[in-house]
Amino acid sequence: MSEYEIVIGLEVHAELSTKTKIFCSCPTSFGAEPNTHTCPICMAMPGTLPVLNEKVVEYAVKAGLATNCEISRNSKNDRKNYFYPDLPKSYQISQFDKPLCEHGYVEIDTEEGKKKIRLLRIHIEEDAGKLNHDEFGGGSLVDLNRAGVPLIEIVSEPDLRSSQEVEQYLRKLKSILEYIEVSDCKMQEGSLRADVNVSVRKKGETKFGTRTEMKNMNSFRSIVRAIEYEANRQIDVLEDGGKIEQETLRWDEVSGKTFSMRDKEDAQDYRYFPDPDLVAIKLSDEYIENIKNGLPELPESRKKRYLEEYKLTEKDANIISSSKYLADLFEEATKICNNPKAVNNWIISDISRILNETEMEPIEIPFDSNQLGKLVILIDKGTISSSIAKKVLVELFENPRDPEEIIKEKGWIQISDEGAIKEVVLKVLSENPQSVSDYKAGKDKALGFLVGQAMKQTKGQANPQMLNKMFIEEIKRI
Amino acid sequence: MNITQLTVHELIEKLQNKELTSTEITQSYIEQIKAKENDVKAFVTTLEEQAIGQAKEIDEKREKGEITGKYAGIPIGIKDNMCTKGIKTTCSSHMLENFIAPYNATVVEKLNKENIIDLGKLNMDEFAMGGSTEYSYFKKTANPWNLSKVPGGSSGGSAAAVAANMVPWALGSDTGGSIRQPSSFCGVVGLKPTYGLVSRYGLVAFASSLDQIGPITKDVEDAAILLNIIAGHDEKDTTSVNQEKKDYTKNLKQDIKGKKIGIPKEFFGEGINEEVKASLEKAIKTYQSLGAEIEEFSLDIAQYSLATYYIIGCAEASSNLGRFDGIRYGYRAKEFSSLKELYKKSRSEGFGAEVKRRIILGTYVLSSGYYDAYYKKAQQVRTLVMQEFEKGFKKYDVILTPTSPTVAFDIGSKSNNPLEMYLSDICTVSVNIAGLPGISIPCGVDKQGMPIGMQLIGNKFEEEKILNIAYAFEKETKFRENYQPQFIQK
Repeated sequence: MSEYEIVIGLEVHAELSTKTKIFCSCPTSFGAEPNTHTCPICMAMPGTLPVLNEKVVEYAVKAGLATNCEISRNSKNDRKNYFYPDLPKSYQISQFDKPLCEHGYVEIDTEEGKKKIRLLRIHIEEDAGKLNHDEFGGGSLVDLNRAGVPLIEIVSEPDLRSSQEVEQYLRKLKSILEYIEVSDCKMQEGSLRADVNVSVRKKGETKFGTRTEMKNMNSFRSIVRAIEYEANRQIDVLEDGGKIEQETLRWDEVSGKTFSMRDKEDAQDYRYFPDPDLVAIKLSDEYIENIKNGLPELPESRKKRYLEEYKLTEKDANIISSSKYLADLFEEATKICNNPKAVNNWIISDISRILNETEMEPIEIPFDSNQLGKLVILIDKGTISSSIAKKVLVELFENPRDPEEIIKEKGWIQISDEGAIKEVVLKVLSENPQSVSDYKAGKDKALGFLVGQAMKQTKGQANPQMLNKMFIEEIKRI
Repeated sequence: MNITQLTVHELIEKLQNKELTSTEITQSYIEQIKAKENDVKAFVTTLEEQAIGQAKEIDEKREKGEITGKYAGIPIGIKDNMCTKGIKTTCSSHMLENFIAPYNATVVEKLNKENIIDLGKLNMDEFAMGGSTEYSYFKKTANPWNLSKVPGGSSGGSAAAVAANMVPWALGSDTGGSIRQPSSFCGVVGLKPTYGLVSRYGLVAFASSLDQIGPITKDVEDAAILLNIIAGHDEKDTTSVNQEKKDYTKNLKQDIKGKKIGIPKEFFGEGINEEVKASLEKAIKTYQSLGAEIEEFSLDIAQYSLATYYIIGCAEASSNLGRFDGIRYGYRAKEFSSLKELYKKSRSEGFGAEVKRRIILGTYVLSSGYYDAYYKKAQQVRTLVMQEFEKGFKKYDVILTPTSPTVAFDIGSKSNNPLEMYLSDICTVSVNIAGLPGISIPCGVDKQGMPIGMQLIGNKFEEEKILNIAYAFEKETKFRENYQPQFIQK
């Protein structure tokens, strides 16, 4: 294995989050009843004509600028011809030899440091519809809701060398697209998916090996597994003296294997030619400059700032900057409470844990930065203990509202009254003579037990520092 | 007064001074359709009842002052490749035999807005591919001058219906000559506007970069009027040009003294019928007598236009007609055992031979390995053709040629010889290749009494000039007063 090198190139399709489709005014939203987001244009009725949605160009240019691409001043749409029932015009309007964006790169972190993954191009195109198999056994039904939803295809050079690099690259790309708000990148809904090209070669070899392609992969996990499986398969074939066939493979999630699609007619001739129904796309320098000026701060720059300004660790800065939503939450909440360390800790530990447990995306976090900031202030002021704060956070996820309101409503305000604390301490001491003698005998753990008991009796509301202090004082007196 | 012999501008006048009602006009046309349709076979669909109903309603509204539009209540015929909501649009194809569009073409919307009455949908070569209307799936339209002759094509139904007074005017579409050549064969006026002047939305596409809708009328003034109604930018068609609206009747009747007319000698050479040539030479003399300056020049590149046209046209058609796959609408084969067979059978059975021929040609020229040699080269020649014309228009106001190398030929004489049929477009295709406006007007008849057409080509968006120069000729020669279709039986 180690004498081989894996070479991977990706074609990533991202659905753009424009309100309407690329060539008509139908909505792009996901999950509607079949064929309700359709019109004569996206159903390819005779005589209808496409009109290019300007937002699609704008979003693609944004994506190009955010990935260091050159933007073409002169671009055009081409037809890619093939027959399939989910493709109503029998051609897909795409871009062939003059894509909107070319020659960019995305930087990823590898064990050997930073690495540039070059982008060959980014072009715009329309999505196809969807075939649904009839539950009643009557063959397939066509749903054209997705037909004409705008996509960008981001084609990388074969610069990736491991499944880890691929995952890094995809996460980076996803985070960039989310930052510039051109795609919601929901992989489960298929709004971000990748065609993965894999080949292997002996280390030191300069020529590429024959590649195979796995289409429409839409989870990080399966992409990583598929690459590892496929690379090993290719190595085994070569080791056995065999030859790799250039073909399209199907990745089967259940068996964890790739299968040949056996479609020899796959060597399709798409007969690309310029779409005569659409005029050339001409972009002025001013137009491009305006988009450039409107780009938000990108993850790389935010990460740098978090390291320098807030002294976050590399790992924490990576996690927070990877999602625009988390990054915004971090910065905004910090503005309110002026305690970046605490906000960082909340995001990295408890919030991230809840997101993981509930399989939520950061963008789905129901509370806002203001509420998180206030939570931190309440801890800093000593109004609540951190254990209460964890309960408040759970409340924030369930029914977001002002944390102060939550603790009032629930009666969670921290007890810092000396008399009240003393009362509890004395009660706990009298109930636990064994622990008192244990502590006196040098078992420090016993103090923790006593504090725990006091917390229990106050439902976690007693000020833990005061409890500690007072237990030590009172034990001395016994 | 024979109402159906009147031009539209005459009808408008009589409607306005209340000499005629829309109902009377519409009724006369319906009677003429009844009398002649058996011989001419111009219609795929007639809308007699609907038309009369509309006419009555319009008359009532006009009486009450609710409608004041000039053209309200004038009937029209529409080529059957323009979508009409709720009315079949067949493209004269088995494939779309029962297709009813849920929307109107933009030109149809424009007619509706003017309360112009649709008398029916007119026959054509299937998907506008052909030059004789013999490739219609439904019927072969006859030439009203001699019923054994073709009316030309592909807008043969439109031209024949206008010539036979079955409609006062009609809409046609022109991809390589499909308005002008049938207008020439039927002795009427046909105008192909500049590419981009009239919206193509709702016109079932044959070759998107060449297709253009235009008027087929009894005289030049009517062509200018109908162009006024249908021209203009449409946001549904990004290839339609956004420019200020013109009134094409404004300068129609101006003197043409001093206008420069170029005569490209290549259009008068080999393959052009002697009688056609003689008639055109006479027309040139007429222009000289009207004070125009005539000059012969060379438009050498034009000889490559026909090949260029068939490459680009077929390439685009092969892609445009892919949507007729039997999945969503149109003809679907009754029996099939796989998706592939569904496609194959539906398309083999649904399309006629000429359409299939062009799809195959177009698929071939776009194929990998052939693209550069055919499609790309054709696009390069296209640029050269445009440049040659541009040079011409630096010197001339208009360019004059025959519309077709021959007069209307016998039904059946060329329908099995595609190459010979294609040659019928030789004088008209350059105009589409270059995206220019061209008009065909009758300039005489041959010994058998069949009309001969003259084509005037203008620079881009200079419809006004060709209309003006055509009008001057028409006024001088009075073709319509001297010749009328005789409906000669075989």
